[in-house]
Amino acid sequence: MRPAHLIAAAGAVVASLSLLSACGKDDAAGGGSGAISVTATDSSCEVGTKSGTAGATTFKVTNKGSQVNELEILAPDGKIVSERENIGPGTGAEITVTLAAGTYKVMCSAGMTGKGPSQSFTVTGEGKATDPRLDAAVASYRTYVGEQVDDTLAKAKKFAASVSKGDIAGAKAEFAPSRVGWERIEPVAESFGDIDPKVDNREADLKQGDKWTGWHQIEKALWKTKSLKGEGPYADQLVKDLETLKTRVGTASITATSMANGAKELLDEVATGKVTGEEDTFSHTDLSDFKGNVDGAQKAFELLKPVVQERDADLASDLTDEFAKVQKLLAKYEKGDGYVSYDTVGKDQRKELSDEVNALAEPLSKLAGVVAK
Amino acid sequence: MTEVSRRRLFAYSGVSLAAGAAAGAGLVSVAQAVEQPADDGAVPFFGAHQSGIATPVQDRLHFAAFDVVTDDRDRLIRMLKEWTAAGAALTGGRPYGSAAGGLPESPPDDTGEALGLPPARLTLTVGFGPTLFEKDGKDRFGLKARRPAALADLPHFPGDALDPDRSGGDICVQACADDPQVAVHAIRNLARIGFGVVAVRWSQLGFGKTSSTTPDQQTPRNMFGFKDGTRNISGDDDKALDQHVWASAKDGVPWMAGGSYVVVRRIRMHIETWDRTSLKEQQDTFGRTKGEGNPYGAEHEHDPVPLAKLPADSHVRLAHPDSNGGVRILRRGYSFTDGSDGLGRLDAGLFFIAYQRDPRKQFVALQNRLAGNDHMNQYVQHVGSGVFACPPGPRKGGYWGETLFA
Repeated sequence: MRPAHLIAAAGAVVASLSLLSACGKDDAAGGGSGAISVTATDSSCEVGTKSGTAGATTFKVTNKGSQVNELEILAPDGKIVSERENIGPGTGAEITVTLAAGTYKVMCSAGMTGKGPSQSFTVTGEGKATDPRLDAAVASYRTYVGEQVDDTLAKAKKFAASVSKGDIAGAKAEFAPSRVGWERIEPVAESFGDIDPKVDNREADLKQGDKWTGWHQIEKALWKTKSLKGEGPYADQLVKDLETLKTRVGTASITATSMANGAKELLDEVATGKVTGEEDTFSHTDLSDFKGNVDGAQKAFELLKPVVQERDADLASDLTDEFAKVQKLLAKYEKGDGYVSYDTVGKDQRKELSDEVNALAEPLSKLAGVVAK
Repeated sequence: MTEVSRRRLFAYSGVSLAAGAAAGAGLVSVAQAVEQPADDGAVPFFGAHQSGIATPVQDRLHFAAFDVVTDDRDRLIRMLKEWTAAGAALTGGRPYGSAAGGLPESPPDDTGEALGLPPARLTLTVGFGPTLFEKDGKDRFGLKARRPAALADLPHFPGDALDPDRSGGDICVQACADDPQVAVHAIRNLARIGFGVVAVRWSQLGFGKTSSTTPDQQTPRNMFGFKDGTRNISGDDDKALDQHVWASAKDGVPWMAGGSYVVVRRIRMHIETWDRTSLKEQQDTFGRTKGEGNPYGAEHEHDPVPLAKLPADSHVRLAHPDSNGGVRILRRGYSFTDGSDGLGRLDAGLFFIAYQRDPRKQFVALQNRLAGNDHMNQYVQHVGSGVFACPPGPRKGGYWGETLFA
């Protein structure tokens, strides 16, 4: 689970993106004269040009209204490609996105309500030619994503059955394994912004009035309240939501760059949620999720590796080494089919894990740039 | 410099090298290209001695101690080369690589918070701790035999309450600047460059210089409200520096010639207790007045100290070179305040930094005397500690620690 404010950005699976503040005077990429101007007011959204060619495209928005505005670029299927929030009255901002052919919507949302006037923006052309090996990597990754969704769904069904039966011991044993497939492909799953909060919200992620559902709600019942009374419907809902993911996942837009960004995001998840023990605060099964995140990132890297090897052999070599090191370190904590409880992992050991995550995540953050070259 | 290490530097980053700089010399050419003229507040980076020792003390400190987390000697050397290139850029007031103009798909090379800020006299001073050479009796990186005898582990001093999480480290970096953002930016970027090779073990921010290496300037006050460091070694007193601060080839460790040894101590002050202490007791503790700072029996701050007129257990008397056979150290400490502790007391004190030619004969001798006798011990506690061998300054075309790894 990632904080709600990041979900929209993670949804930009059409291509990589960068959000650039307009205050940067120093040659911000894409901020040159080729930028497409957008003038936002409280009730209008004027786009300077109605069409463009495939590839990197920069929108430069100016807010001439009296309310704080938000610029959203929406894909033909309605998903958010990219957005820029908190554009104050009288200020501006830029978004750079890589767009494939299609008809997009540019929306200005005064008051940041997620709604507002919009204009169409049509993209034509092929964009730059892609390396066929990257297309092959994307195809293989799609297969992997499908397999992981199947895996998590099958195991979630077993888990749900135990919950419905009131079998606490069984459900406890099945909780962490049911999450592994999900954790491996979390950035893709999160690109469907509505599923992630339903299945993976932590209690601390809720707003007042939100209904809490998903794995962690049941986790609390199992480990904290130690009663499965009334949990059956939550278990059924979890399965239902994962079934929705299965029907939709084939439509996810995946590019080589988004794979690379997704790998980096998986390590971000580890760094901010798992190393601190916040992800599975009741069950302390964080290391199982940790392993899932690392495996998913490693899969993306390995599929991209032939191209990376050619373009930046040092990066390929460093990433190979660091993945091996983090896997070796994780292996020290294996116990039975899973991992030791994270509350038994001491401060020095957590520091060691954190250092290794940093050692891997830093070179991993360079992967998207190499793939996008 | 091999082709591999040059590519290492820039292949990740998308930084494009000018054609002329790319030919063979790689990193070095880049380092030279980013050098700044000395008149814009930049302290020269290359030289016989590292900057940040005899350099006039800047206003702010970020000191970081790192553990080396790899066993790969070549990777460690590669990082030191990259640190050197970064150090040359940052001390020159430039970002390391691209801060905002690189590939949109990549994170910027430089984190950017120092963009537009002047060099602020930033200095970066690197040192190597005993555990870089050997740990638990085992040789590391083939360096055990090269460990200087002067880099001995510090002994336990009476009253020490050292926190292992604030002590030791394989490598230290002292970043000093007149702007705290510049100092923090430097440590942050070096830490980032180092991921996978080093990991931050602990770090300390300091805000008010407590010693001056420029005697004609106003002597700063420490958190006790007293002038301190009055009789420090002046940064332009070459004779005293050669005698007390710079290691010499004659000392038996050729790779340290032109280097120096630094001892750092996080000295927590019992602020609330001190503040309730009478003026007389405070002044007796130092052996000097609080206002002017003159030693007892003398009229002005910088007058010769009539030692016999000072209380026998006063700090100035005990620490004075004349009480210690002429032993002197170059102090460069900073005050620190890390908010409050869990009991509502100010977590404040002195981050003591002292450079010297041989800690065994200088800091250890002095501290043994002070720890056993100094009246000030009632009001302070040493809670963190480190000792590091700071190699000579990097030469143009070389790197931090080159003489050690050669």
